[in-house]
Amino acid sequence: MYPHSHHETTQPILDVQHLTVRYNGRVALEDVSFHLHEGERVAVVGPNGAGKSTLFKVVSGVMQPITGEVNIYGSRPHGHVCIGYIPQRSQVDWNFPVTVADVVMMGRSAKLGPLNFPHKRDWEQVNHALETVDISNLSTRQIGQLSGGQQQRMFIARALAQEAELMLMDEPLTGLDSPSQEGILDLLDRLQKENVTVMVATHDLDQASSHFDRIMLLNHRIVSFGKPAYVMQTENLIKAYGGRLRSTEDGNIVTVDDCCDEEHG
Amino acid sequence: MVDFLLAPLQYEFMQRGMVSAVLVGIVCAVVGTYVVLRGMAFFGDALAHTILPGIALGYLISGGSRDMLFWWALGTAIIAALGIGAISKNAEIREDTSIGVIFAGMFALGIALISTVKSYAVDLTHFLFGDVLSVSPQSLWLILIFGGLVLLAVFAFYKEFMTLSFDPILAATLRLPVGFLNNLLLTLIAVTVAVSLQTVGVALMVAMLVTPAATAYLLTNRLSAMMLLAAVFASFSGVIGLYLSFYLSIASGAAIVLTATALFAFAFGWKKLRQKYY
Repeated sequence: MYPHSHHETTQPILDVQHLTVRYNGRVALEDVSFHLHEGERVAVVGPNGAGKSTLFKVVSGVMQPITGEVNIYGSRPHGHVCIGYIPQRSQVDWNFPVTVADVVMMGRSAKLGPLNFPHKRDWEQVNHALETVDISNLSTRQIGQLSGGQQQRMFIARALAQEAELMLMDEPLTGLDSPSQEGILDLLDRLQKENVTVMVATHDLDQASSHFDRIMLLNHRIVSFGKPAYVMQTENLIKAYGGRLRSTEDGNIVTVDDCCDEEHG
Repeated sequence: MVDFLLAPLQYEFMQRGMVSAVLVGIVCAVVGTYVVLRGMAFFGDALAHTILPGIALGYLISGGSRDMLFWWALGTAIIAALGIGAISKNAEIREDTSIGVIFAGMFALGIALISTVKSYAVDLTHFLFGDVLSVSPQSLWLILIFGGLVLLAVFAFYKEFMTLSFDPILAATLRLPVGFLNNLLLTLIAVTVAVSLQTVGVALMVAMLVTPAATAYLLTNRLSAMMLLAAVFASFSGVIGLYLSFYLSIASGAAIVLTATALFAFAFGWKKLRQKYY
């Protein structure tokens, strides 16, 4: 009932070749090719509607590409349960009657298999995940009572309980105050030590430069992909963002639409 | 007081009515939890109305006998549920619009069919509003068996339904059988509708699906507790409703639903007061 694909570890954790996706008749992604190394942290940066969410949905196997292919350790994503998708907070029903521990336990659903109920080992794994993200004390809270940063930590704990090796985070920093953002970024460092590969969609060019190994500049196509210093050149940014860029007084370049947390496609 | 409570239970039809009202209440409440959380109240209402032509056809074919009606209701409900489920995937028409069109059309067809019978008004009333006091021993067994199956399925797929309802994308990335689970849930709602037909009827069905679950949702933060509380409220409404029906001579289905609605109003008021003063 629940497929578990074999990992061919000589193959990259994620390999995307010539991916083209249409979404509601519009081109969302066009001829996107790249691959990731194990344990890498990659920021995906681009204007609203650049196709960041679509890329994550195709990589996680939730959405099918029109052409091109995605391989996770050498096979198609739809057989893998090692991909953790962390949704935008605005897309979650925070009134749903579940506790933090319930949500984290949901990550165990695949490993548990059908008709099985959580064993002691699964609860241990949930508790361990909650400890890793420093919210053990909140495990019995209803999810609506959490702050934004805590909500994000809960979803990361859920992906840990899922034993995800590739985590796709859709704008985890949007709408958080700076201490919470710093907390999440610290957590990404911890994930890297556990060899979790992380792709993060973000609007913040500064954070992308300072906290990630590589940056993917995306606007339907890959404009540039590489080390921050290589990608963050003005001409690349102008190619990706067009006129939606301005420089601040301290010489940084910011995108005009980096305040918005909505992205469709 | 004891006499007051025991007097109605001297009658066998009242005993059967009580048992069936409680059983149906529990099944509706548990399944209704997902109806409330997934915003399917309109779907539930439409589904209940959509089975009317099926019941009418069975009624005409069996020459006015009501014994086979459960099977007709069950068959029509499952076909209608999966049909509505398939149509609502069609992106060209909004889901509630397409449900509305089909639901009204099928309901009209049902009324048209029943109106060919002489005892039209009485029969239609029976189907629309139910008659818990006419539940036969055989019907009670069917309610017990099929209601039990529904509860078993909800229990067996508890974590799957919870995951799918809270976060469909997570369910997909965990490779849960999303299509199968969605259709299973639609089928469970359909069976629940068929099981409840005689107790509350087509028109008040949505109240049994939604009201006790909505009341429980006001008072708890956990899914399992919500199911349990909803079942308690629904059973309580069934029993109190039947006593009201007996002593005040009002229609049983209406009395049950009114009791459930009163409970919701109390819970809502209590919650608002608590929010204000604590």
